Amino acid sequence: MRLKGLELYTDHPEAEFVASGHRACQGCAEILALRMALKVFGKDTIMAMATGCMEIISTPLPTTNWEIPWIHVAFENAAAVASGIESAIRILQEKKKIERKDIHVIAVAGDGGTSDIGMQALSGALERGHKFTYICLDNEAYMNTGIQRSSSTPYGAMTTTSPPGKKSIGQSTWKKDMAKIAAAHNIPYVATACPSYPFDLFSKIKKARSVNGPSYIHILSVCPTGWRIPADLAIEYGKLAVRTGVFPLYEVEDSRYKITYSPEPLRPVQDYLKGQGRFRHLKDEDIELIQKRITAQWEELKYLCSLK
Amino acid sequence: MSIKKGIEVSIAASIAAKLARVEVIAAYPITPQTHIVEHLSELVANGELEAIYINVESEHSAMSACCGASAAGARTFTSTSAQGLELMHEILFIASGMRLPIVMATVNRALSSPLSIWGDHSDIMAARDTGWIMLFCENGQEVVDSIIMAFKIAEHRNVLLPVMVNLDGFSLSHVIEPIEFPSQKDVDSFLPPYKPLYSLHPDRPVTMGAYGMPEIYTEAKYAQEMALINSKDTIIGVMKEFGDKFGRHYKPVETHNTENTDFAFICLGSTNENIATAIDELKSYGKEAGLIKLRLFRPFPKDELLSALKDKKRIAVIERAMPAGAANGPLYNEIASLIYNNRLDITLENYIVGLGGRDVHPEYFIDIFDKKITFKTDKNYTVIGVRE
Ligand SMILES: Cc1ncc(C[n+]2csc(CCOP(=O)(O)OP(=O)(O)O)c2C)c(N)n1
Ligand code: SF4
Ligand SMILES: [Mg+2]
Repeated sequence: MRLKGLELYTDHPEAEFVASGHRACQGCAEILALRMALKVFGKDTIMAMATGCMEIISTPLPTTNWEIPWIHVAFENAAAVASGIESAIRILQEKKKIERKDIHVIAVAGDGGTSDIGMQALSGALERGHKFTYICLDNEAYMNTGIQRSSSTPYGAMTTTSPPGKKSIGQSTWKKDMAKIAAAHNIPYVATACPSYPFDLFSKIKKARSVNGPSYIHILSVCPTGWRIPADLAIEYGKLAVRTGVFPLYEVEDSRYKITYSPEPLRPVQDYLKGQGRFRHLKDEDIELIQKRITAQWEELKYLCSLK
Repeated sequence: MSIKKGIEVSIAASIAAKLARVEVIAAYPITPQTHIVEHLSELVANGELEAIYINVESEHSAMSACCGASAAGARTFTSTSAQGLELMHEILFIASGMRLPIVMATVNRALSSPLSIWGDHSDIMAARDTGWIMLFCENGQEVVDSIIMAFKIAEHRNVLLPVMVNLDGFSLSHVIEPIEFPSQKDVDSFLPPYKPLYSLHPDRPVTMGAYGMPEIYTEAKYAQEMALINSKDTIIGVMKEFGDKFGRHYKPVETHNTENTDFAFICLGSTNENIATAIDELKSYGKEAGLIKLRLFRPFPKDELLSALKDKKRIAVIERAMPAGAANGPLYNEIASLIYNNRLDITLENYIVGLGGRDVHPEYFIDIFDKKITFKTDKNYTVIGVRE
């Protein structure tokens, strides 16, 4: 008997494209998400990666953890590098200098490399319509350089550059909605995902790879080190982010929004915030404010999904 | 059959890139480079050049996309100027460090502020230590020939480094000159298709752009430095092969009228033509001045320069960039260190001219020769024509 839903990914390759021996922290969900994604992208994939945790944990010269072609150029330009690769592969195939086959180019960057310093390059690449997938591994701060805030850091979170203090709550701004910004480019496919929901993630990667144009996947990637939680709770916190509505799982296919997993009734955000060291200093009224915002965002998403 | 025609040098530069059969172009417009990229877009749009033109959203992305394209094995070309060169500055080092044979036509222009779209060398002097091979052109013919040679140099197995072909903004890029274009057939036989040693392809996965821990970084950079220094032999070889095939002969250091004089100017780029005019005029008064032109700036052609310098008594280094607080102009400093290291007894003078498109008159050089321009005692260099 086959389990319902499994048919989606029973044909995904067993192969691993992340070799063991990388240096990611215990419980790191960035490397987990990437490992899952690569299984679906498969062998014929070329990856351009931005500077950040995933680059640093994988490639001290002369070693590598990548079993597919991989390139790192700088922090803010993964999308531009991918544009160049995609163009090169296309023209070399047209000129019959390399064999014509379906090679997929992906760009991978953290939330800093995406929603801050890499936003311009990303917007350019999405607008130009390159056939590639951009993956943002969102751990909600600049982890590689020591947990500094990014525009993707949630309101109230403690980071090393948004420390709570007498005059500050910690991060004083609301999380930038990068997936919506990507969707505003009217590209064929945008989705959010989280490795705590692997089947959902697999099916989204599969769609992202198959569309004829740019696709963008925003993956919430729990970082036990930066969030100050025990490593064995990484998967659990990913689930809590989804079940509280803090990080909804949805996709935008040809500009139509669709929630791919509905956690209703939503659990209180308190369940997600408590236990995370980065939110430890928040007071009840702070949490109430966050709850209001999350509820409103969830309602807005449902409204977008209702549009035909 | 080659054809000779009167043509704007920028257009000629894009035709040279077409003759080199470039496959990916990623560029962002900036004056005075615009005519090059506009014409390339046209060639691609008309199907005259089988290439992909990526309309990137910035120069930073232009150089980044060039890195990706070159790493994936395509012959890659771009062009920029001034602010654009500065915006891609970070990635220039990465292109050379990753040994990617990208070719760029750098149309030299002043840097802001104040904003100036006109020519000088402040852009390239700020980028001179980025690990690229750098050629300088005096006229349109050199631009065309250099772009074709640049790919052959860059892609050579012993080199694998990016190459910049420098041409002065407006005073060279926008002038119409008679230029001889080699036939496509001859260029094809001189410059066969690019076959990368390694490229990003799933059939043979490679990791490019890994990071260097302290125990390996020095060696990695040393290997790169050796490749750059040793590239001179290949550059000379390619210049010779080009000369044999096309009849136009180039050298890393070229001299004009240096045989019978112990005085010479040293300069980069199209200013050399103004200096040559001055030298002709001096000759008509019975005065002899020489000119040493640096065609190759990186790797610095020490030996060739030394043999041009060795019997000279007085040298005037002419530059188009402000020293920015340094003891002298950047070119002067390198020549001074060469002279010092070889214990040559030469009086060195440093003159700054032509900043931000200021006209460079041949009379300046006549006055320099006649020692009519005096140095301020607190400075080793003189900014010619400055109103204080
Ligand atoms: C131009 C530039 N500025 C700053 C840095 C320093 N830097 C490297 S990685 C990084 C943060 C990465 O954060 P993110 O993109 O979120 O990835 P993470 O490490 O969290 O996975 C920073 C600030 C850099 N490498 N380049
Ligand atoms: S700091 Fe966070 S994102 Fe970086 S490797 Fe460790 S767990 Fe992963
Ligand atoms: Mg991050």
